[in-house]
Amino acid sequence: MVPIEHIVGLSALLFTIGVVGALVRRSLLAMLISIQLMLNAAGLAFVGFNRIWQGSEHGQAIDGQVFTVIVISVGAAQIAVGLAMVLALVRNRDSMNVEDMSVLKW
Amino acid sequence: MLAIVAIKCGLLLLVLLGFLVPAASWIERKQSALMQDRVGANRAEISGARLAGLLHPLADLVKLVSKQDLVPEGASRALFELAPWVAVIPGIAAFAVIPFAGVYPFADESVSLVAADIDWGLLHVLLAAALASFGAVLAGWSSNHGGARLGAVRGAAQVVSYAAPLGLSAVGVFLVFGSVKLTDMVVAQDTTLRLAGVVEAFGVAVPGWAQGFPFTIPSWGIVLQPLGFLLFLTCVLAQQGRPPFDSSESGGELAGGYRGEYTGLRGGLFDLADLLGLLLIACLLTSIFFGGWAIPWLSTDAILGGLAPFVGEALATIVCVALHLTSFLVKVLAMVWLQLLIRGSLPRVRYDQLMDLCWKRILPLSLANVFLTASAMVLVGAVG
Amino acid sequence: MTLISAQVYLFYGFAGLAVLGALGSWLLVRNAMAAVMSLIVTVVSLSVLYVLMGAHAVAALQLLIQAGTALVLLLFVLLLVNPDPGGFGTRDPGQVVIQIIGAAAALAVGFVIAGTVSVTLPLPAEAAPGSGGFRELGVQLVTVYAVPVEAVGLLLLAAVVGAVVQTRQEGR
Repeated sequence: MVPIEHIVGLSALLFTIGVVGALVRRSLLAMLISIQLMLNAAGLAFVGFNRIWQGSEHGQAIDGQVFTVIVISVGAAQIAVGLAMVLALVRNRDSMNVEDMSVLKW
Repeated sequence: MLAIVAIKCGLLLLVLLGFLVPAASWIERKQSALMQDRVGANRAEISGARLAGLLHPLADLVKLVSKQDLVPEGASRALFELAPWVAVIPGIAAFAVIPFAGVYPFADESVSLVAADIDWGLLHVLLAAALASFGAVLAGWSSNHGGARLGAVRGAAQVVSYAAPLGLSAVGVFLVFGSVKLTDMVVAQDTTLRLAGVVEAFGVAVPGWAQGFPFTIPSWGIVLQPLGFLLFLTCVLAQQGRPPFDSSESGGELAGGYRGEYTGLRGGLFDLADLLGLLLIACLLTSIFFGGWAIPWLSTDAILGGLAPFVGEALATIVCVALHLTSFLVKVLAMVWLQLLIRGSLPRVRYDQLMDLCWKRILPLSLANVFLTASAMVLVGAVG
Repeated sequence: MTLISAQVYLFYGFAGLAVLGALGSWLLVRNAMAAVMSLIVTVVSLSVLYVLMGAHAVAALQLLIQAGTALVLLLFVLLLVNPDPGGFGTRDPGQVVIQIIGAAAALAVGFVIAGTVSVTLPLPAEAAPGSGGFRELGVQLVTVYAVPVEAVGLLLLAAVVGAVVQTRQEGR
C-alpha cells in the first residue's frame, strides 16, 4: 500500500511539530497540546510498524497495536495530571504564561 | 455492496429525520400536556385540518426558518456557526449501529437492516456521544457569555463523567450476550429461557408439560441484567443530558445554558440534537434490554417456518420483516413514553448532586454489577 | 480506480489533513479553542489512518480516549481557566526568527531519524487475518500483556489521586 518510510516520515513530521510547539510556546495549555501531538505521532509509528511485522515470526500479529493502546492510555493519564497542575498553577499565579513561573530560575 | 449500504444510509436518514424525529417531537408535547392535565399544542392547521397537533413539528420548522439570525458580539463567528453541526452530526451517526430488523436472505446474499454492522457495535454510540459533547463546549465558548460558558463546562463534565459508568454497565451486557455488537445482542434475545431450567439446576426433575410455552420467558436483556438496566438507563439519560439530568441547559438557571445565544435554525439544530438523543436512548434500551426487533415467544425461525409452506419464501420473508419492524417501532415508542414519564415526574438534579451520583454511587454499583454478573455466569457454568 | 489506489489516495489525504491540523494547533495562537479543534482534526485523521492500516480496535480506542475524553478535558480546563479572548497571547516578533530556525533544525533532525529506517518494505496490501479486531486485541491484553496493563492501571490510579490532590482547595 504505502511505503513504511512515508508513515515514519509522517510520524516524524508530527513529532517535530509537537516538539517545536512545546519548546516555543509560552502558554501552559499550548504546551500540553503540543505534548499530546507528540504522543499521537508515537502511536502512529507503532501502528505502522505493526503492519510491517505482522505476519512474521517476531511476535503476535497485533503487538504494535497493544503498544499504541498503552501509549494512548499513558497519554490520558499524563493529560489528566498536566491539567490538574495547570489548574493549581493558575489558581496560585493567576497567569498561564510560563515566564511568570520562574521562581526556581537564577 | 456499496449500493446497498448507500440505500440503507439514505433510508435511515429519511426515516429518522422525516418520521421519527417529528413523531418524537409531537409525542413529547402531547405526553407532557396529558401528564400536566392540559391539552397541548393543537393550533397548527393546514386548510382547517388540525390533526390533533401533528402538524406542529412542521410549524416549528417554518417558524425557525423565518427567525432572525443573530450572532452575539465578540463571539468567534466560525466556531459559533460550527457548534450546532458538531452536536447534530454525531447524533445522527450514532444510529448507524442500531438494528432495525434482523438478517434476511435477499437475492442470494443476506441483508441486515443495520446501516453499518461495525465490529465495535455499542462503543460506536459512546464515541458519537463523546464527539457530540464537543458541540456543547464549542457553543459555550464561542457565545462569549458567562452563562453559556458555565453551561458548556457542566455539559462537558457530565458527558465525560457518565461515560465511565455507562461503559461499565454495558460490560455486564457484553458478558451476558458475549458480543459488543447490537446485532448479536438482539439475535441472542430472539430465544426464550425455560423457567424449568432454574428448578432443574437444583436437581429437581421437571415434568414435560412445564417445559413449554407458558413456562418460558424471552431471554431479554432486562431479564438477564435487571440491575444493569437501571444503571444503564440512568447513565445514558445523564450522558445525553435528558431530564432530569439537564442542568447544563436549564432554561431557568443559566438562561438557556450553552444554547442561550442561538436563534433561528441554528437553535433548532440543538433541539434536533435533543430529540435525536431521546430517540437514541429509546433505540438503545430497546435493542439491549427489550429484545430489539424480536417478537417475544415468536422467534424468527418460527415465523419463517410457519409461513413459508403457505405463502412461499419471499412473501414469508417480507411478512417477517414487517413484523420485526413493527415490533421494533412499538418498543421504541414504549421507551420514548418511559423517558417522557421520567421527564414529567422528576425534578431536575442539581449539578453537584449529579456528579456525586455518578462517582460515589453509580460507578461502584456498576462495578458491583460486573462482578455479580461474572460470578453468576461462572456459577451457572456459562463460561467457555 | 481500483480499491487499492483509492485507499492510497485516502491515506495521503488524511495524512495531509493530520499535518494541517498539527500546524493549525501550533499557529492558531489567537484563538485557543480553534487550536484545540485543529488538534482534534489531527486526532480524527490519525484514527482514519489506523482504520486504513487495518487497526480497527486501536482506531476506536484512539477516538474514544483521545478525542472523547483527553481533549474534552483540555477544553474543559480551557473553559474553567478562561484565558483572555486574545487566545494564547500575542506572538513576540523577536521570537519569530528563532522559532523558524528552531523549527527547521528540528525538522531536519526528524527526517534524519526517519531516514535511518532501514526497512524499505511497502505495507502489505491486506492486513494479517489475526490483527485489528477487538477480540484479538483483548486476548493479547489479558494474556501476554497482562503485566503492562496492570502497570498502566496503577499509573492511572496515581494520576487520578494526583489530580484530585492538586486541585483540592485548602479548607474544603
